[in-house]
Amino acid sequence: MSTASPSKSGFTSDQVFRFLTSAFAAFIAILFIVMLSVLWHESQPSIDKFGFSFLTSSAWNPVTNEYGALIAIVGTLLTTTVAMAIALPISLGIALFLAEISPYWMRRPVGTAIELLAAIPSIVYGMWGLFVIVPIMASSIEPWMYEHLSFIPLFSSPPLGIGILTAGLVLALMVIPFIAAITRDVFLMCPQNLKEAAYGLGATKWEVVRDVMIPYGIKGIVGGVFLGLGRALGETMAVTFVIGNAYHLSWSLLAPGNSIASTLANEFTEADGELYTSSLIELGLVLFLITFIVLSLAQFWLHTSNKKRGG
Amino acid sequence: MFQSRVARRQWMNQMVLILSTGAAILGIIMLVWILGDVTVRGFQAVNWNFFTELPVPPGELGGGLANAIVGTLLMTVFAALIAVPVGVMAGTYLSEFGQHNLFGNLVRSLSDILVSAPSIVVGVFVYLVMVKTTGHFSGWAGAISLAILMLPVVIRTTEEMLRMVPSEMREAALALGAPYWKVMVYVVFRAAKDGLITGIMLAIARVAGETAPLLFTAMNSPYWMESMNEPMANLTVTLFNYAMSPYDDWQQLAWGAAFVITASVLLVTITTRLILTGRSKH
Repeated sequence: MSTASPSKSGFTSDQVFRFLTSAFAAFIAILFIVMLSVLWHESQPSIDKFGFSFLTSSAWNPVTNEYGALIAIVGTLLTTTVAMAIALPISLGIALFLAEISPYWMRRPVGTAIELLAAIPSIVYGMWGLFVIVPIMASSIEPWMYEHLSFIPLFSSPPLGIGILTAGLVLALMVIPFIAAITRDVFLMCPQNLKEAAYGLGATKWEVVRDVMIPYGIKGIVGGVFLGLGRALGETMAVTFVIGNAYHLSWSLLAPGNSIASTLANEFTEADGELYTSSLIELGLVLFLITFIVLSLAQFWLHTSNKKRGG
Repeated sequence: MFQSRVARRQWMNQMVLILSTGAAILGIIMLVWILGDVTVRGFQAVNWNFFTELPVPPGELGGGLANAIVGTLLMTVFAALIAVPVGVMAGTYLSEFGQHNLFGNLVRSLSDILVSAPSIVVGVFVYLVMVKTTGHFSGWAGAISLAILMLPVVIRTTEEMLRMVPSEMREAALALGAPYWKVMVYVVFRAAKDGLITGIMLAIARVAGETAPLLFTAMNSPYWMESMNEPMANLTVTLFNYAMSPYDDWQQLAWGAAFVITASVLLVTITTRLILTGRSKH
């Protein structure tokens, strides 16, 4: 029972307070809907002109005014795949180390170091990648790959330093601390008595991890990985510096390419003509929808894994 | 290969322990490598001029990024002034009234998704709404973009921090006859004050290093700003332009900018973490 007395308008101050806070909460939902509809509305010229073939066409030509998203979408997916392939084992390793393997006194400092990596702005990763990683890739790693692995289509173009592979590598460095921190938290939620029971049966540390901790936290781990994936898909600055900004479809990871975000960063302010701009906006819309789906799945898994624990 | 099952299991265990430790060591090496490069190269560019002078064309001696530093600070402060009140109110709703209802869950999920939404798309959105309609880039558009990115972070931190306040405190105040808003203002917010402030500081640090949402909104400018209503110099876009330029002295300044941004963001992050952990020990 509220003790606040009704004001002249007939509402108690509690009701007014509740209404006010819910209005602000509604703001984020409204913002989301407005964002989607503005992007949708401004993509209309391009949607009208190209329809669904926008997603499957590899044309990107401001001169003939023909645009398709395929190269940017493939570039986004390739860089993200490379990034996740590198980031996944390393971040799981770090998470395991922090949750179960390291001596107790090391957990705090090492954990903090990983979280600091996550706090470094992405543009610093991009710039560092351009000036430090690219020369290393160009002088030793990529020439070696080209020489010994060029029979595989993935490594079949001349090494330049910049390109899909380097972008994926820099992206991996960016998402490793992010995924590691989340999976560590998931591992730490595993009840001590479950682990002790397994140790009591004579299991080794690895067996406890494989048979108890991973099955127990699997949904949370998958959620964390998808969260990292969502981040990687939409990341702009770390990629734009090193991807090479080239428009041609290639299976080679050594070739320069483009991602949706890097295309936007490079061309949006310079685009002239309604169709050009609206095609870029449609690219943005596509990116927004892809990340929305991935991040929704991430939230779903993280949420169900938390619920289990909440009992 | 192995004498016994036990030996194989122990070998497997050793391998995983070594690999996992190696991954952690790799993480620390990366941190030291990146921070080392940024510090060493950035330190050479940072001097008195860097903080007090305007940018100069490539080839000329001297010059600094004073306008960009002020621009980044201005836009970040205005972004916080917009996002913090809205976010704290919305977070209050989630923690006090929206824990188990449909609307609360919807707002919570949307915020969680928007925390990781691509920041460049936010930039495109604000461009369409504020730059295209007014016909010019502006500091306000930049501040709004940053505010949109900050908002979901503030909402979720506020909710988490308010939930940590025991409900007995609310009940005690309510039993004394206080209306709910007074309970919040005088009891719950006070109890959660440290957590709220650190959470907000972390949110600010996060957007201060953002570049993508500023490219199409604040853009950049080589001059001192006269108002928030014009294209506005900022550290991150300057860093991007300078690092991509072919001029050595501009690239040098870009390292300086990277150093200043990284150092400030990490300083805020470390300080707030120290405060948080210091508190939780009591």
